[in-house]
Amino acid sequence: MSAVLDVKDLQVSFHTRNGVVRAVDRVSLKVGAGQTTGIVGESGSGKSVTCYSLLGLIPQPPGRIEGGTAMFGGLDLLKLSEKELQKVRGSRISMIFQDPMTSLNPYLKIGTQLVEPLRLHEGLDKATAWKRGIAALEEVGIPEPAIRMEQYPHEFSGGMRQRVMIAMALITRPELLIADEPTTALDVTIQQQVLDLIKDLQKRLGIAVVFITHDLAVVHEVCDVVNVMYAGRLVESASAADLFAHPRHAYTRALMRSIPALQKKGEPLYTIPGLPPDLSHLPSGCAFRPRQTPDRQALCLTDRQPPLQEIAPGHWVQACPGCVEGGLPL
Amino acid sequence: MSTAVIPATLAPVIRPGRSLWQDAWARLRKNHLAVACGLVLIAVVLICFIGPRLSPWNPEVTNLALKASPPGTMETLADGSMAKHWFGTDTLGRDLLTRIMRGGQVSLMVGLVATSVALLIGVAYGATAGYLGGRTDAVMMRFVDVLYALPFMIFVILLTTMFGKSMLLMYMAIGAVEWLTMSRIVRAQVQGLARQEFVEAARSLGLSTAVILFRHIIPNVLGPVIVYATLTVPAVMLLEAALSFLGLGVQPPDSSWGTLIDDGATNMETSPWLLIYPAAFFSITLFCLNFVGDGLRDALDVRGGKD
Amino acid sequence: MLRFTLNRLTQSIVVILVVFSITFFMIRLAPGDPFASPKAMPPDVRKVLVERYGLDKPLAVQYFTTMGSYLKGDLLPSMSYQGMWNSKIIKDAFPISLIIGLSALGVALGLGLPAGIIAAVRKNTWLDYGPMSLALIGICLPTFVMGPILIAIFGLKWRLFNVAGWFEKTDWVLPAVTMGLIYAAYIARMTRGGMLEVLNQDYIRTARAKGVPGWRVVLVHALRGGLLPVVAFLGPALAGIATGSFIIEKIFNLPGLGQHFVASVFNRDYSLILATVVLYAVLLVVVNFLTDLLVAWINPKVRLS
Repeated sequence: MSAVLDVKDLQVSFHTRNGVVRAVDRVSLKVGAGQTTGIVGESGSGKSVTCYSLLGLIPQPPGRIEGGTAMFGGLDLLKLSEKELQKVRGSRISMIFQDPMTSLNPYLKIGTQLVEPLRLHEGLDKATAWKRGIAALEEVGIPEPAIRMEQYPHEFSGGMRQRVMIAMALITRPELLIADEPTTALDVTIQQQVLDLIKDLQKRLGIAVVFITHDLAVVHEVCDVVNVMYAGRLVESASAADLFAHPRHAYTRALMRSIPALQKKGEPLYTIPGLPPDLSHLPSGCAFRPRQTPDRQALCLTDRQPPLQEIAPGHWVQACPGCVEGGLPL
Repeated sequence: MSTAVIPATLAPVIRPGRSLWQDAWARLRKNHLAVACGLVLIAVVLICFIGPRLSPWNPEVTNLALKASPPGTMETLADGSMAKHWFGTDTLGRDLLTRIMRGGQVSLMVGLVATSVALLIGVAYGATAGYLGGRTDAVMMRFVDVLYALPFMIFVILLTTMFGKSMLLMYMAIGAVEWLTMSRIVRAQVQGLARQEFVEAARSLGLSTAVILFRHIIPNVLGPVIVYATLTVPAVMLLEAALSFLGLGVQPPDSSWGTLIDDGATNMETSPWLLIYPAAFFSITLFCLNFVGDGLRDALDVRGGKD
Repeated sequence: MLRFTLNRLTQSIVVILVVFSITFFMIRLAPGDPFASPKAMPPDVRKVLVERYGLDKPLAVQYFTTMGSYLKGDLLPSMSYQGMWNSKIIKDAFPISLIIGLSALGVALGLGLPAGIIAAVRKNTWLDYGPMSLALIGICLPTFVMGPILIAIFGLKWRLFNVAGWFEKTDWVLPAVTMGLIYAAYIARMTRGGMLEVLNQDYIRTARAKGVPGWRVVLVHALRGGLLPVVAFLGPALAGIATGSFIIEKIFNLPGLGQHFVASVFNRDYSLILATVVLYAVLLVVVNFLTDLLVAWINPKVRLS
């Protein structure tokens, strides 16, 4: 399978007064054409920073891309100038964000915001762009699109705004859509509708999607491939089917245990003990060690960072003897 | 431009076990500029209130032989010793430094008295409106809106003509027009607080409105009030100086920094020091007051005063 | 919109009526009267004057006859400038104040807005620190200090402008710059604050993610929200500029309305005080109405009702 996006050894850090925060530490991932690739992790695990840095959306300074490559259609995104990146953003790679209530400009008409990518990237005149905008709203299931175009964000509900965001992201028919927790801020009933919409559009348009979330249930539903991140590093990567059937890393297993729907009723909800580590003072060795059970902790690597290892075809896991369930093949 | 994500771990670490005030004090102390300004302010106050006692000159005694003499001029005192006019003398031969110190007493007192008046009216009015809410609040704030629309500088001028003879009354007149913003800030704060659980709890315990207001709400609005009061002081001092500059404020033989600057501006061409020194004292004081206010705002984490 | 206008109209009428009444009674409560100073007047002359201006009548009668004339558009004759009508005094003096006030506003916006925007966009660089330090100094230098400084430099030293008076075409420059610089300082600080807040919003990130170029992000996406606090400040700023003219006109010895107002207060010229104060009140009410319209135009969330 050909990869739309191929990220290798991405390293991003933030240089703050309290030290250097290694937000993303040698992360590699591939996004296959027409596939949905999930990135899962707790907040602060670096999943968002990974994607934002690809598009040059992290503030620099304090952020700095320290290394790696991100090949996208023959271009290395990390080497592009801001001007060249502008041509990619919103045209070939689009993003949707977590909070639709704050992600739309309250002072501009929905229509103006919606057709801006068309006007910028395809140079369409206002009338033509407006017509495409109406069609785009219709596509995402917004009734009376012509009237809605003239309205302002505060006249839309949260779900409707996220639909607008999706329409805006897809209006230029990009090759890749990055969805950063697109359902987290929505009501549960709306969440499902928005997920269905994304899945449906992806099938119809055949685009690749990167889906960032902390919700494994959502991953289970939409993703083909899953990357689990912890403390700025990739700890496990596999096809969704494989990962859910055979989770190997202790962190992945812990995440799965904490999905409420998978737990028996009446039992207290499982939570992972402890907090994610402080990224400016990472322990050497396995980053998950402090949150392991004591008997397992003893097995974790302390001297060096565990490397990623392919333990089954397409199934990669961070090879820490304490964290990998069932032991490591030699 | 700074947009986009910053990892959650960059968020400030929460330090347990320190009160709001200790925290604010720690933050204020780190703001070196605000601390320096605070020290300068203390120095200015000390100079103005203690200085005249140490000065060999009586600011009201004129000496036409030494009128408008430049800084550094020496003059023989009654006991025969020589003393220096550090900042020179004014057009009537009075020692400028001593006059600046005396004028500073007036200007600083205006700042203090007028701000206290504004504080008293503003807090009482705003807290009542915000706490009672509903129609009372609507009517009370409508009244403030109407007052806001009035050309208040004009009313200060009219008030001072009425109270011109009594300086204290004049200070109060200035305070009486400066309470509007204070009342708005307090009201907004109280409104937010009145809906919070601890107030509900107090009410369910059967505490009276007055007790709730003074025990539970006013301590919580103290932060914004202190900040805004600090920023009101320079505003009223400016107002007083403007009035005095126009000849409508402090009347001779009394003087304030405003009247001294007026004198200086008149004689700027021939005796520039008459303008430079009072203007410098005044501007530095305003500057420091603003900075201390800004520092307090940051330290107490109070959001902007508008709306 | 119509309801909003009508609402504001009634509110404005109330405001002007309040101003009219307060002014009317306050000046009569102040010690002294129009014919008390400076030189003692023969009692019979004084009596004639008092009768001519109706000051011997009961206060209520004076109040309502004055209001009656105002409603007919008659601002009555001045009491200190014998034989002059207030409307004529205002007609001569007001344009001067207006020219200076408007050009001061122009200076304030022309300097303050760009400085604030650039400072926000280039936060924590010398393009931020430089203008903002200047702005801080501007805020702490009152007009009556700034004015003499500018006079000393541009009037006395370089002789570019007249030191005072209203004779030449360029005489508006120094007064307008004096007042404008101080408001430019406020506006720059406010613009910077507003822009910084907006530039941190999620929707700016959205715009960047759409590939909007940097300048367009600032001018199209951020400016509207960032300028809201500045627009809301325009009302108070114009009020400040209007009353600031009292001081400016004194410093530069300009025959504007401010000078007349201050003089009329000294002279207890009841009718001229009333006429100027009512004029200022009308001006402020109109300006506040216009700023509200502007805010509503910028911010779609504000409904005019």
